[in-house]
Amino acid sequence: MIALAAETTGDEIAGFGNDPWWIIAIKCLAIFVLCVVLTLFNIVFERKVVARMQHRLGPNRTGPFGSLQSLADGVKLMFKEDIIPKAADKIVYIAAPLVAVIPSFLILSVIPLGPEVSIFGHETRLQLTDMPVAVLFTLAIASVGVYGLMMAGWSSGSTYPLLGGLRSTAQVISYELVMGLSFVGVFLFAGTMSTSGIVAEQERLWYGIILLPSFIIYLIAMVGETNRAPFDLPEAEGELVAGWGTEYSSIKYAMFFLAEYINMVNVSAIATTLFLGGWRAPWPLSAINDGMFNTGWWPLLWFFAKVILLIFVFIWLRGTLPRLRYDQFMHFCWKVLLPVSLVWIVAVAGMRLAFNEGIERNQILLYGGIAVAVLLIGSLLIPEKKQPEETEPAEPAPFDAFAGGHPVPPMPGQEFVAARIPVTPTGATTKTDERTEESSRA
Amino acid sequence: MGETALFWIMAPIAVLGALGLVFARKAVHGALSLALTMISLALFYIAQEAPFLGVVQIVVYTGAIMMLFLFVIMLVGVDSSDSRVETIRGQRAAATLAVLGVIVLLTGVTVRATLPSEPTGLAQATPDGNVPAIADAIFGTYVWAFEVVAALLITAAVGAMTLTHRERLFHRPTQKELSIKRFTEGPPGEAAGLPVPGVYARHNAVDTPALLPDGTPSEASINRVLVARGAARSTEEFRHHPTPADIEAGAEGETDEPVGGDDDTNGGERA
Repeated sequence: MIALAAETTGDEIAGFGNDPWWIIAIKCLAIFVLCVVLTLFNIVFERKVVARMQHRLGPNRTGPFGSLQSLADGVKLMFKEDIIPKAADKIVYIAAPLVAVIPSFLILSVIPLGPEVSIFGHETRLQLTDMPVAVLFTLAIASVGVYGLMMAGWSSGSTYPLLGGLRSTAQVISYELVMGLSFVGVFLFAGTMSTSGIVAEQERLWYGIILLPSFIIYLIAMVGETNRAPFDLPEAEGELVAGWGTEYSSIKYAMFFLAEYINMVNVSAIATTLFLGGWRAPWPLSAINDGMFNTGWWPLLWFFAKVILLIFVFIWLRGTLPRLRYDQFMHFCWKVLLPVSLVWIVAVAGMRLAFNEGIERNQILLYGGIAVAVLLIGSLLIPEKKQPEETEPAEPAPFDAFAGGHPVPPMPGQEFVAARIPVTPTGATTKTDERTEESSRA
Repeated sequence: MGETALFWIMAPIAVLGALGLVFARKAVHGALSLALTMISLALFYIAQEAPFLGVVQIVVYTGAIMMLFLFVIMLVGVDSSDSRVETIRGQRAAATLAVLGVIVLLTGVTVRATLPSEPTGLAQATPDGNVPAIADAIFGTYVWAFEVVAALLITAAVGAMTLTHRERLFHRPTQKELSIKRFTEGPPGEAAGLPVPGVYARHNAVDTPALLPDGTPSEASINRVLVARGAARSTEEFRHHPTPADIEAGAEGETDEPVGGDDDTNGGERA
């Protein structure tokens, strides 16, 4: 793909495609090393932070302050016995971890880590490549990575992994949709889908500030997309043992682990690039000495500071929130996040149109404020909802779905008879009740 | 040069994937082969300087549509033993016709694209780049066709939801109602929910009963489906230091208890 990017003519992005092969090789190697090192760091970081949140010390035996703990754990994991279950579909079972881990390494290739720098006297950007559709490319790569979890779930040949695989599919399809919608606002404002272009457009103001709702939606979606707590239902250990990873061991499990942690870095890097100004220094620093901190190798520092801050948010969530119930989790995506993002996109498109038409920002704020005020005043005119009468309502005509022998749904105004469903564990459950309940579920 | 190399590497993979779809014995293998073919095609699109098309091919087809197919296949558990009887009359004839139509269409398109002496070239066809050109085609030239297809898709989605909608015959108790009911009506020992199956030193499986704090195994902790299938372990196996008298007394006591129908607290989730 690197060679291809160099060949393109119509869609070429300034500053890319002129690197000699050795610079490209250095960048590829750097991205690989970065992914692995960040994973090792993040595991220790997570254990340390969660430990502090729980008034513990965390790992403190291997290396200075326990910093080499994940390295030791990783080596140990590699040398454990590799088990392939008898019922497993062998080819898919072996391919699954590879399908999960390889795409996770690819995403950082389109993320700008910094501006132009000089490597051994050669001026180049701190980004492997860029495309006119780089942000969509990250979405595409992420959706390939999910196949790994699915394949793992199915090929293990047992129930818990299958359930975990199904959950992860449903979850990622839903949250990828929301994630894609949260990008739309950024595309509209930046006028480009290339990552370096989006960072360049954020010179004055970060999109995380202008497009705050998009940013919040993305932050929620990115946790859902990476299967992290409180959205870690595919591997919910209280319900599914270890979800799709139940049957995996040794190096295959290590690969899934690696993929999960690299994906955390990936989504954080995308959030940084799209909403937090990418490699640009935060405001007071960016003004020092005529933008000195936005040139040379400095931006790497800001970029990774932002990424690690987002990783901390991941860990913070994990240390704070309990896991959601599965149906509530899906309802939240389809009935809350999706409508909210659609409405927000309409608003963003309207704002964009207004800017394009040359309407001043003050005017937009003024008219927007007037519209909000009118809505607020209008909402006062809506008559208050009648309080439900405190008196015991007249006994509603009991509705029996099976009165005529054949089950019929209730008519409007008729009430269900809750008593037909046995609820108590010890059950005043008769045989007939159980059967009708079963048939209603079927 | 790079494009030729890519073609000769990816083309056989794409063909292998397509053949795998046709000849795979398991439905999941077929679906995965198709996904492989789709990804190879996406790479070809990118190599042909259509990055938007290539990326969207992966996002939409591989990431969403194929994923849904796989979801259904895995959920339903389709296998090769499915009958091959023609369920819709005239299906094969219609399929043959459709295949012929597609062949004619593809031939026509290929001939039209190659027969004029010189192709227009990408630089002339899309002067502003790939993405603006596609946007122009969708939201400019073909906006009417695009909107009609969108309306059709929405109709299909609404139709599917209407057809599969089912009125409930009973009021479904919510988690809150169940919880209140457990406290007000159930025995206080079960107010916190049923015990989870055997998570203790020697066994960590759903077919073993949980040990209650006093050391007695709890039948309520085993799923009633497993009990009905006879797949669950006997609770007797796990009783502490059973004396013959204990077993007799215990077995007598247990037969009176309802074995099934006592785990409706989590029944809603399984439905």
